[in-house]
Parts: sequence; C-alpha cells; structure tokens
Amino acid sequence: MSPLKQRPPKNESLQKRLTHKAAQFVRIEGMGLAIECRGLRKTYDGKVEALRGLDLEIREGECFGLLGPNGAGKTTAIEILEGLLAATSGEVRILGRTWQSHPRELREWLGISLQETRLAEKLTVRETIELFASFYRQPRSAHEVLAELELTEKSDAWVGKLSGGQRQRLAVATALVANPRILFLDEPTTGLDPQSRRQLWDIIREFQRAGGTVLLTTHYMDEAERLCDRLAIIDHGQIIAGGSPAELIERLGGQHMVEFAIDGASSHEAKKTTNGKHMQEVWRSLPGVESVHADNGLVCLTVRQPHVTIPALLEAVSQQGARLLHLTTRQASLEDVFVRLTGRHLREES
Amino acid sequence: MSAPLRTDEAAKAAGAPSAIVEGGARKPVVARQNGRWTAYWHLLGARLKEMKREPEVIFWVFLFPLLLAFGLGIAFRSRPASIPNVAIAAGPGADAVLQMAQRSPQSLHGQIVPEAEALDGFRLGRYDLVIIPHGDAGGEVEYRYDPARPESVLAKAQADDALQAAAGRQNPLPAAERAFSEPGARYIDFLIPGLLGMNLMNSGMWGMGFVLVDYRQRKLLKRYVATPMRRSDFLLALASSRLILMVLELGLLLGLGILFFHMRVVGSWLAIVLLGALGAGAFAGLGLLTASRAQKIETVSGLMNLVMMPMWVFSGVFFSYERFPAVLQPLIRALPLTALNDALRATILQGAPLAAQAGNLAVLVAWMAISFLLALSWFRWT
Repeated sequence: MSPLKQRPPKNESLQKRLTHKAAQFVRIEGMGLAIECRGLRKTYDGKVEALRGLDLEIREGECFGLLGPNGAGKTTAIEILEGLLAATSGEVRILGRTWQSHPRELREWLGISLQETRLAEKLTVRETIELFASFYRQPRSAHEVLAELELTEKSDAWVGKLSGGQRQRLAVATALVANPRILFLDEPTTGLDPQSRRQLWDIIREFQRAGGTVLLTTHYMDEAERLCDRLAIIDHGQIIAGGSPAELIERLGGQHMVEFAIDGASSHEAKKTTNGKHMQEVWRSLPGVESVHADNGLVCLTVRQPHVTIPALLEAVSQQGARLLHLTTRQASLEDVFVRLTGRHLREES
Repeated sequence: MSAPLRTDEAAKAAGAPSAIVEGGARKPVVARQNGRWTAYWHLLGARLKEMKREPEVIFWVFLFPLLLAFGLGIAFRSRPASIPNVAIAAGPGADAVLQMAQRSPQSLHGQIVPEAEALDGFRLGRYDLVIIPHGDAGGEVEYRYDPARPESVLAKAQADDALQAAAGRQNPLPAAERAFSEPGARYIDFLIPGLLGMNLMNSGMWGMGFVLVDYRQRKLLKRYVATPMRRSDFLLALASSRLILMVLELGLLLGLGILFFHMRVVGSWLAIVLLGALGAGAFAGLGLLTASRAQKIETVSGLMNLVMMPMWVFSGVFFSYERFPAVLQPLIRALPLTALNDALRATILQGAPLAAQAGNLAVLVAWMAISFLLALSWFRWT
C-alpha cells in the first residue's frame, strides 16, 4: 500500500527492529502510515504562497525531519498537519484519520510543541505539567515526565524563572505528558546552547525508542543528520530533496569533501598559463571529483575516493607553480547537500 | 480509545524483555484516567493561582475601589449646608439692611463693605450675593447675583426671605419644618453601589479581555487548542474565576460601607449576589467580545477603554444620570452599567425585590447573551 520502499531495520539497534516489527504488525490493520499528506497548498491572503504542493508519507516509529531555511514553509506545513491551520487545498491523514472526521481522537494521540510558546509565567513547572496532563483522558504521570526531562529539581519554580533550555524542555514535557503516539516538534532546539540541544536530542531518541513517531522541523543540519531516519528538504514551499541523510549525501555524488586554498598570486598567474583553461575546469577534471564549488575563499571538491584525488590534486597544484596554503578532507554532511541544492536553486531564480 | 493497538503498547508487548536488556529505558505508562471535569478544575485552579500571584490584580480589583470609596466618601461626607456670604454695599441704608438680615431665622453671613470692593469680591467668588440699598432704611434694595451659581441663587432667596420677613411680611400658608437626615440618603450611600457596578465592569472587562489577549499573544491559546481540552471548559473556567472574584469584590465594598460609613443594606444578600453575578456575566461577555480578535495587548487596551468610557461618564457611577438631557435618557438606560447600577441601588438602598427590576435584568441578560453569541462566532484561538 505504501509506495515508499521498505528500508530494512537497522541492525545496530534491536529496539529499532522491534519498533519496526510493531509498525508492521499495525500495518496489517491498515495504519502503517503515521502521517500522510498530498498536494498540500497554503496561500495567505490570496497572494503569499507558503506551501506549493507538499506530499509526505511518514511511517509509524520513524523520526522524520522537515529541513529548510527560515521562511521555507516548515511551520506552515507542521501546523496544517497538527490541525491548527486549514490548508488552502490538499489532503491530510494522521494515523489513517482526518481532522474533519476525528478531531478529538487525534488530539488525544498527538503531542505538540509549538515554536516559541510562552507558557504561563506565574505557574510552577509541576502545575503546568499537571494542567496539560488534565486535558488528556489517559496522560502519563507528571512526576515521571518531569524526572525523565530532568526537571524534578525545578518542579516548584515558576516558569518565568527558568532558563531557555529548561523552558524548551518544559515545552517538550507538555507534549510528552500526553502519552502521544506522534510527537510534533517545531524547531525544538533553536536558540539553545549545545548541552541543552544534546539533552533534547536524547529525549527525542528515547521517545522514538519507545515506539513513538516524531516529526520535527529544524534549520540545523547536524540535528537532522543525527536524529532523523528520513527527511525532506523544503525551500520556497516545496520539497526539493527527500530521503535518509545517507541517501541525500550519496546523491551529492561523493561522500567526502576536500577543501583547499592555494597561493592567490600564483593561481591568478596560472589562469593565463594553462592554455586559457579556467581553474575550475582544472579541478573538475581531477580523477574522482564529482563537483566543484567555491566557498569562503576555499575550493571545495566533492569526491568519491580521497586517496585517488589528493595525489592528483597535489600534482596539479605543483604543475601550476602554485603553493598549497590549506588542505582538509572531511565526510560530506547535510550542510553540503543543502548548499548544493539551495545554491543551484537561487542561481536558477536570478 | 477506539484504536486497540497503540504503537508503543504493541512495541512493549513485542519487545518488553529486550527493552530491559537495552537499558531499561522504557517507562511504564501510568494508566490514570481523567474524568469529564478534570480539565475544568485544573484550568480554574491554575487561573486562581495566577491571579493570586499577580500583585497588580490584588491592587486594581480589591484595593483601588476601596481607596476610591474611602476618598470620595470622606470628601463628600454630609455637612450642614454652607452659610451664604452676603456683602452689603456701604451707604445710607446699609446698617438697616444688615440688622434686618440678622433678625431673621435664616442663617446669613453679612458684612458692610464699599460697593466697589463688594462687586470685586462677588466676581472672585468671595461673596455669593451683593445687596445694594437704594436710599435710606426701608427703601428699595437691589440684589446682584449670578443665576448660574447655585449658591448665589440660594443666597438671594434666603436674603430676600429674611428681608421680607423682617419688613413685616405675613405668610398666608402656615408651614412646619423638621430636619431629616439618615443613612440611605447620603452621597456615600449613592456612591457605593455605583462603585460596585463600576468595579464589576472594570474587573470583568480586564479579567476576560486582558487575559485572553495575553494568552493569544503568548501563543498559549494555540497551545491549548492543540490538546484535547474543550474550549468551553477553558471559557467556563475563566468565567468561574470571575464569579469567585465578584463575590469577594462585593463583600469587601459593601463591608467597607457598612463598617466605616454605617451604610444600611436593606435588600436581601441573595438578590445582591445574583445581581452581581448577572453584572459580572454581562461584562465578561463584553470583555470576551472585545478580545475576540485583538492580537496585541495595546489593541485590546484601547478597545476596552473605548467600550467603558461612555459608561464611566453616563451610567451614574458618581452622580445621577438624570442630569443628562432627556433625549439621551433611553440610550443611557440601555447601557449595561446603568442597568446594573440602578438595580444594585434599588436592591441595596430600597430593598426592591428582583421582580420589580425586570427591565434592568432584561437589559443585562440581553447584553450578556448578544455579546457571548457574537464572541463565540468571532473568537480566534490562534
């Protein structure tokens, strides 16, 4: 029933496999997809097109990321899926149900953390959690959720006195106390220090390990890479790429990045001496190079096999009579994918 | 729950042993079952706690009206009517006029001053009346008074009465006089029910309007509607917190009136509380309506002042609205605060039964029903 190809469960995580099994088990009932949307469009005031036809299929037990720059349409998309915003057109099904037919049931099943909610400042942490717990028919115990999110110490403090990281954990706690099947997180770690971010990542992984489905938006590439099983890169209200982080990186053509800089004067001189050949073309023609782009004064090569490319590069540099100022190699990241994709996109527009 | 298979439960069933092997991270789900009204009670409790922790609320809702009642009650406490100051222009008949004025039972304070000084003092408000005798004793007198100054008109009437009586006027109609002054007819008795009405309006409008827009601005309303919370529970809890506050406001203000100003509450307390509830309901509806769309505190503050301003002026809080022109009277009587103030005064001061207040009650109910209905269709949760 799902047009998406089945990925085998990861071997390193027994938990994952079990989750997968559970998902298959449920799929027999015809509810393998946690979130499904087709042709989602949203136009504000008849002119601003925030979404221009979005299709998503998110499986149960999966952590799915919507990745994109600010203003790409991530929040609009997640709020439509959360049933907080009406789409201009398109179809949404959550756990096989629609917002029109089963609004109350769906509310019981979703845990939501909005972007920048300022919870009541004069309530304590515990009061806030207990208030949210009271909205659900079968919530988790507030005590347990506070302990899990390391907020027990702060449970009698007013929300207004919490630090940014604690507030964000509390926002996630208000979602988790619902005992949800799907967790929606809109930019959960924006503006947090590295330690608080890592803490939240652990919480999200924990939820997923227990069988939950997660949909999160982020503009941090590293976050998407670490947390998400699959992701969709959104730009200007459309998906421009989708797949697992590894697949997306694979699509770059190579999994390694070689970055280098050469002596400016010689490289300029070299331009004239290589039979009118542009330097970019010199680098492009090196063995194993998939693509070339300039970034911040460095030349970046996407390569398949660094051990083949680097000797050739050194030779080419010395042939040009240039001096190597800098050379690094690293694993390609989603950041590189994003630069490639949006860079191309922007150039097309202008 | 209609879905028998929740993923986490399925996962637990399939992999519970391995979950423990892998670090025992799986937390058991505590099967607490929330009842129909759990959310309502939590919302009400949270609202009351928030109010209690907000010092401004305590001041504006409780202390401010008390201070106002106290200040105005003292400033306008009952005093004997002021004695008119009368200047008699110096001249041949001046002494005779002064003697005649002093012989009468009317209390007048008269003195003889040169005419120029008398007129000057009259202009500056030092004298309420100038008497200019023309000719000798028993001759014609001229009153200089200002018909636009009540105390001047009073001084003229009293001086004329004194002089005519002294000159030998006989009253054709015998009349007896008896001084009569008791609680119920004083300014403070008029004022306290008016302040009570105004306070119910202020705290009702702010208590609903401000809180809702503040929640909306914080995206807290949106966060709440992202849960299964019933929207009606939320509004009901907010309205209930207003009712609880209303009873306290009412008790405090009337308590101050009774203890400090020896006010007498003639009507039944039950009727007063019912009126208070109806008033609080009408203004809660208006507050909800005012806040139904506003996205910012600044916007809703302006809107609420716009709604409340006419009622501060016209609805007879500090003085009777009968003073306004007759054309305005039907409009003034249609305002919710006018109806509430009239009903409170009739009940507290005269002990009128609620049945006799049908007109005022109908005005309040109409405002409450219309504003709630409009607000519910306009209200924006996000």
